[in-house]
Amino acid sequence: MMDMVVEADRLARRFASVTALAGLNLQIGAGEAVAVLGPNGAGKSTLLRLLGTLLRPTSGTLRLFGHSVSDATAAVRRRIGVLSHQSFLYPDLSPTENLDFYARMFGVHDAGARVRQLLDLVGLVGWAHRPVRTLSRGLEQRCALARAILHQPDLILLDEPFTGLDVDAANTLSSILVNEHKRGTTLLMVTHDLARGLEICRRAVVLVAGELRDDVEVTGGARVSFETRYREIVHSQPNGESEGQGS
Amino acid sequence: MFAIIRKDLLLELRTKETLTSLLLLGLLTLLVLSFAFEPGSDVRVEAAPGALWVAVVFAGVLGLSRSFLAERENECLQGLLLCPVDRGSIYLGKTAANFLFMTAAQVVVLPIFVFFFNLTVTTAFGGIILTMLLGMFGFSAVGTLFAAIAVRTRAREVMLPLLMIPLVVPLFIGGVTVTHKLLIGKGLDEVSQWLNLMLGFDVIFLVVGWLVFEYAVED
Repeated sequence: MMDMVVEADRLARRFASVTALAGLNLQIGAGEAVAVLGPNGAGKSTLLRLLGTLLRPTSGTLRLFGHSVSDATAAVRRRIGVLSHQSFLYPDLSPTENLDFYARMFGVHDAGARVRQLLDLVGLVGWAHRPVRTLSRGLEQRCALARAILHQPDLILLDEPFTGLDVDAANTLSSILVNEHKRGTTLLMVTHDLARGLEICRRAVVLVAGELRDDVEVTGGARVSFETRYREIVHSQPNGESEGQGS
Repeated sequence: MFAIIRKDLLLELRTKETLTSLLLLGLLTLLVLSFAFEPGSDVRVEAAPGALWVAVVFAGVLGLSRSFLAERENECLQGLLLCPVDRGSIYLGKTAANFLFMTAAQVVVLPIFVFFFNLTVTTAFGGIILTMLLGMFGFSAVGTLFAAIAVRTRAREVMLPLLMIPLVVPLFIGGVTVTHKLLIGKGLDEVSQWLNLMLGFDVIFLVVGWLVFEYAVED
């Protein structure tokens, strides 16, 4: 039986009178790659922040790696990496200094060697000692990716990771994520970019107004019918015109 | 905790923003207040403790309001919160870094205070330094907690002093009273009650900050 990485049971999150997630049931097994899709305001980023232990559920339960998030957040966080459109990097520090700081925070063994290995992997050796502020968006995002996988997480949460990247940078990011997935890492990607999302992920979850609208395997022919169905869902929403780009 | 202190020191070494602000405001406050009194007058000695602590408080508020600005850029605070450490440790690290910045600034401000107010350096200054350390530590403990809250508000520059100044009044009164008594020749044993109060304040607010920081940074 597949080990469960994410188990959400009637997971709800409200902000004052706004319901961002309304009783979501979702299970994600180890090694899966799941795209979370949906129009603006669907609750995708809220779901990601709950999974990253940055938010607490208003009601329902959320278990990550078998632990309730409210009981064992430090142990759970050690197994999670987050890559967002925000890099979480200090602009006045260099990539080496940023990665060294996060390596210390995550208790990475032999941090210096790991940092050098990652800088090489993401192609940042030539920029390793320049302040992050001076790097292009693509280079900064590569460094953010190195930060996200620094501690070899079992689950990588991705929040619009391709935002602002040119085609080359997006391809580099995509290939590194595919390699991480092949290594057995579970991926959960929130994106508007249907093509990029389905290039990496084999399962798609569609959220609309905080509720699960669709949860399907998108391999082979199922992908085409899903894309058509997804566009219909998105275009039926009031703000649907801007969604589904890149597909 | 030490990784956060190291990171904050490294950031300060790069930008020199916090220390420069602390120093400039501290020195300007002392300079302006020293003009208000006749050189060599007794009133000058009477007013000196108040001037010193006004400089500490003003510069401290400015320094503390900057302490979470670096965490705002690129949402670095979220990056910190995603780390597998107790969030109270983040608070302790930031408090320690803020205390170090305030102390570093006062290393320069204190001799200039002695010069501007025409004071004689005696053994009393050992007690004054101890009082300042206690005051700045309590100030950092309260200020770090409220800076984390204020940085997420729109009017953060106003919000931080509004939230913290009423709470640090006991420290301010203690600091001014002890400094005054030591300057007029009283011994440490005569101000021990005030020093104990300041120490108690520091311990209580450090523990409270450590316990509630998680809720202060949560959405």
